[in-house]
Amino acid sequence: MTTIDASAAESGYMVRAKNVHKSFGSLEVLKGITLDVRSGEVMTLLGPSGSGKSTFLRLINHLETLSAGQLSVDGELVGYRRANNKLYELREHEIAAMRARIGMVFQRFNLFPHMTVLQNIMEAPIGVLRQPRDQVRKRAEALLDRVGLADKRDAYPSTLSGGQQQRVAIARALAMEPRLMLFDEPTSALDPELVGEVLEVMKDLARSGMTMVVVTHEIGFAREVADSVVFMDDGVVVEAGTPQEVLVNPQHPRTQNFISKVL
Amino acid sequence: MTAAILAASSDDVETLQVVRLRHPWRWVSYAVVAVLVAMLVSSLLTNQNYGWPVVAEYFFSSRILRGLLATLWLTALAMLVGVVLGVVLAVMRLSRNPMLRSVSTAYIWFFRGTPVFVQLLFWGYISALYPRLSLGVPFGPELVAFDTNLLITPVAAAILGLGLNEGAYMGEIVRAGVEAVDKGQVEASQALGMRRTRILRRIVLPQAMRVIVPPMANNTISMLKSTSLVSVLAFPELLYSAQLIYSENFLTVPLLITASIWYLLVTSVLTVGQHYVERYFGRGTAA
Repeated sequence: MTTIDASAAESGYMVRAKNVHKSFGSLEVLKGITLDVRSGEVMTLLGPSGSGKSTFLRLINHLETLSAGQLSVDGELVGYRRANNKLYELREHEIAAMRARIGMVFQRFNLFPHMTVLQNIMEAPIGVLRQPRDQVRKRAEALLDRVGLADKRDAYPSTLSGGQQQRVAIARALAMEPRLMLFDEPTSALDPELVGEVLEVMKDLARSGMTMVVVTHEIGFAREVADSVVFMDDGVVVEAGTPQEVLVNPQHPRTQNFISKVL
Repeated sequence: MTAAILAASSDDVETLQVVRLRHPWRWVSYAVVAVLVAMLVSSLLTNQNYGWPVVAEYFFSSRILRGLLATLWLTALAMLVGVVLGVVLAVMRLSRNPMLRSVSTAYIWFFRGTPVFVQLLFWGYISALYPRLSLGVPFGPELVAFDTNLLITPVAAAILGLGLNEGAYMGEIVRAGVEAVDKGQVEASQALGMRRTRILRRIVLPQAMRVIVPPMANNTISMLKSTSLVSVLAFPELLYSAQLIYSENFLTVPLLITASIWYLLVTSVLTVGQHYVERYFGRGTAA
């Protein structure tokens, strides 16, 4: 393993992946992914199902452990600590501390059904960051206002539409004041007419300067908001570049084929 | 053409008289049950052997009430031991530590695999097996020692016997509840930086309770009556109290009825309580 540049954070990279491999048993899902996400960058990962996009996203906050290669977030290795020329596996509380600074939004929302909207948002800032309740409540209410759901603060998730639930999930992640937001197909489980409201919130977030990695099938979002687009297929990066380069003028036949099908 | 047919027929249909489906067998069942209930009531009232005046006399007698009280707190304590142990066993069973998994599996295997009656007898006669109990360094010097008979009294034996047995069953119930919680709940919690114990306490167990409560209530009601087994330890719970009384006056049937009515009453109260507990843990689902 080579050394990760210690000044990676200062040099402006939020995520650096170098030759990342991931296998589930004998199935190799990622076959050497190398890509960088700069601070403030909005990157979209496109590709057919099974191409490894979601797996890569889950590696970033260590929901999966990587099989080979190196991956760092904000200048720190994911899942390991480097000392004495060895890599030590992190303890649970160290991994948890790292995850607390990375927000994640899931395809199936995964709101806590036994808690109200406000309780969902306040749970982790109070329980994990140990912030005072009053302060967290104010921030939670402001976030609900920002995603347009101030009137739903005392509702249970099951009473909300999919689009509303996903907006709460985004607010819940933002309440931790993350430096990086990961979106795993955030609109794929939504009825078509509810996709727009979630994308609006994400666009607003992108404009505010948040670093975002978004796995999505929404080409429109990629074109309009993303700084970079990465097209993955069969566990490798096929093509990466600006939205103009990848979406409008793709070079690789596999990219051309995919774009023509989803547009 | 289809539209025309539909329109025509719907015109007709609106004007027709509706004949409701008849259920003659329902009326037959009402009649049969009514006759059976009448026979039962008549028998209960006319058969002197039931001894209703005796039931009334002993229903609130101090010995029966003391027995009832003992049954209630023994049930509560044994269930408390069982539930706490059950959660621990379930967490061990689902642990990533293979040793903890094995210990839990072996415990459940042993305590479910032997009759609770035998387990109670063992706890009752434990002093025959270990006359002294001591704390100290394994295979080394002992620090404190107790006479087993002083430490494991009949009360302690009853709580241990019922509670440790219940723990094995509760372990499986809790495990089923935890496994019923969507995996995405744990992932979302992890992504928020929560740690395992917190995820279990705040996210997983409260949701698992929806699945856990019905069988747990079932086991509580079952425990209420299993406490009658501790009569082998000469522990005066409800049934044993009734037995002591009828061994003196030979009014066996009325006293068994007295005890049974109390068991039924307490079970009814528990059933109502179960409804409210289920409603509490079902909050947020199916709005």
